[in-house]
Amino acid sequence: MTWSWDVFFNVIPLIFKGLWITLGLTIACYAFAMVFGFFWVFMSRIPWKPVNWLFRWLAEFIRSTPPLVQLFFIYYAWPSIPVIGVALNPFAAAILGLGLHFSTYTSEVYRSGIESVEKGQWEAATALNLSTKQKWLHIILPQAIPPTIPMLGNYLIIMFKEVPLASTIGVVAMLHIANDYGAQYYKFVEPLTVVALFFLLLSYPSALLIRKLEKKYNRRFDKRTATL
Amino acid sequence: MVAPIVQYKNVRKAFGDVEVLRGINLDITPGEKVALIGPSGSGKTTIIRLLMTLEEPSSGVIEVNGENLWQMKKGNKTFPADEKHLRAIRGDIGMVFQHFNLFPHMTILENCMLAPTIVKKKEKATVRATALEMLDKVGLADKVDLYPSQLSGGQKQRVAMARALMMKPKVMLFDEVTSALDPELVGEVLEVIRDLAKSGEMAMILVTHEMDFALDIADRVLFLNEGVIEEEGHPEEILVNPKSERLQEFLSRFTSSR
Amino acid sequence: MGSIADISLVLLSGLKITLIVLILSIIFSTLIALIAGLSRVSNNWLVSGFTGFYVEIFRGTSLIVQLFWFSYALPGLFNIHLGSDVWVAVLAISLNYGAYMSEIVRGAIQSVPAGQTEASIALNFTGFQRMRYIILPQAIRMMLPEYGNYIIQILKATSLVSLIGLTDLLYYGNIYRSTHLSEAPTVYILILAVYFLLALPLILLTRKMEKVAKKGVVHG
Repeated sequence: MTWSWDVFFNVIPLIFKGLWITLGLTIACYAFAMVFGFFWVFMSRIPWKPVNWLFRWLAEFIRSTPPLVQLFFIYYAWPSIPVIGVALNPFAAAILGLGLHFSTYTSEVYRSGIESVEKGQWEAATALNLSTKQKWLHIILPQAIPPTIPMLGNYLIIMFKEVPLASTIGVVAMLHIANDYGAQYYKFVEPLTVVALFFLLLSYPSALLIRKLEKKYNRRFDKRTATL
Repeated sequence: MVAPIVQYKNVRKAFGDVEVLRGINLDITPGEKVALIGPSGSGKTTIIRLLMTLEEPSSGVIEVNGENLWQMKKGNKTFPADEKHLRAIRGDIGMVFQHFNLFPHMTILENCMLAPTIVKKKEKATVRATALEMLDKVGLADKVDLYPSQLSGGQKQRVAMARALMMKPKVMLFDEVTSALDPELVGEVLEVIRDLAKSGEMAMILVTHEMDFALDIADRVLFLNEGVIEEEGHPEEILVNPKSERLQEFLSRFTSSR
Repeated sequence: MGSIADISLVLLSGLKITLIVLILSIIFSTLIALIAGLSRVSNNWLVSGFTGFYVEIFRGTSLIVQLFWFSYALPGLFNIHLGSDVWVAVLAISLNYGAYMSEIVRGAIQSVPAGQTEASIALNFTGFQRMRYIILPQAIRMMLPEYGNYIIQILKATSLVSLIGLTDLLYYGNIYRSTHLSEAPTVYILILAVYFLLALPLILLTRKMEKVAKKGVVHG
């Protein structure tokens, strides 16, 4: 088998079509993860230990087991569970599976942001007699969110690169198209190279952007430099 | 006249567009104690950092024992000094830093033992005995197995001195060694330096803001301003009867702020 | 309950491959990370530039794509036969995570305060001695927690190897599921449980290392 530039150029438009699906799926999964991340934070702040403990370990369980197996569970196993079982199409299963997996990461980001706000800020807010809602809205969140933006951006890029897992349950995006093409013409390397290039083309500039953001926010929020 | 151990010949240093040293000429004789004073940004610290090879001069020559520190000769040609050349000369020089720079992952005994064992390749047992002796001298005999993070600032700085002394330098550089300390800890550190100064044969260059201390131990005081040595002489002349207006102003600002 | 025992027995036959791929990948990715991390802080721009190129390529494309690419391109395009697909999997995982982990090596080395380098120069260490005795011991302490996290990521990544035909945990699970459809929930829950059991010591160790790391970087 030799490298064929003809095949390479022929599959570019084919795989480009899949790029939109990959991007759409990335955004859908990411939105799910962003929103659901708050759920874990909320659960960990309930002032009742057993609930706390349960959800902390549930999140740990989801975070430290393979997303691929979780996808298979949602797609193949969930429908056959009595009462709560629901059959999902591949696209929905991927959003739920990958979104849930990454929500356990975004929740950690949120938590680190909240923890990065100094204790004195809470105390000052209390001293000024702000309500709980006012404290969060005016004091804590405006300081907690900006430093997490680069981290959240990083997870968006990581998510983008995990989305091809969805091809294993039949979502027809870039990787799936490449493998189908390979199976049909027994030319795998060229389409896979095109897929890899598309990933690189999108994720590398995004990563550069994130690094710029990181530098900017580190300068604004770096508290370590003050304590020598 | 004894040959100088350190010589600066028209040394200049610029960081980008900013020229911090603008032609320094300075001889230091073996065993001499020299205090460098001056406003911040005047280039005092840069002078000793050049000698410790932490920065490279932009032009001029620094000699240690008559040997050119930053250039080396091969045949008739001169080359910029390589690491080997620097290491050969650096052995005579030691430094104590403003922020101690102790190695946080080692006990204070290990901090003192590391360089003699791996740089001078001395036998561990001998080094250990010397290190214990040295730490005893700076008053830390009971702390040898602690880590730097468990010590106060004054104690850390005394360890840093013991560590530098272990290498038996002929010239010791002190870079504002009390500036990072709480006021009540300054005394214990100055005490150790005073003992060192009295005992003798090692030349010392001290960048300091402690005027009384400079008056007490220095053989010579240099006043640096805007990258040049503006005035120099015996501590009495400089600190008690300053000539230049800028030195007068500097000293008055200094005493009033204390 | 009989089926749980049956399924466990089936899964057990796949555990071996999972563990082999995991252990080999940890070893090789660690080696690659150390070499690449040190190369990136090298003064030689050719060395640091080339390493940077490698790191960006492997971080910029997806592991699952790399895995497929290697499994087809190595024998097909380059006529390289590694003997077993285990090595293809280990190669892809190690190159991918080696690239990611080299960044923590680089970051940790660069975050050792400049004063440590200056003190090492003042004590007349060689460049090698400085790295060996002063910088690396502190850098390693700082990178341990993140290293632990990446080992868990590698563990999760080993689940991909069934996609190129290796007979790991998930492979046997999928086979069993295809003949016992109604038992799919038990199969995947058990697989997840096995992965979690493998991850658990790593999770606990990582938490412990976080504490060690906090102690190690106190400014001396």
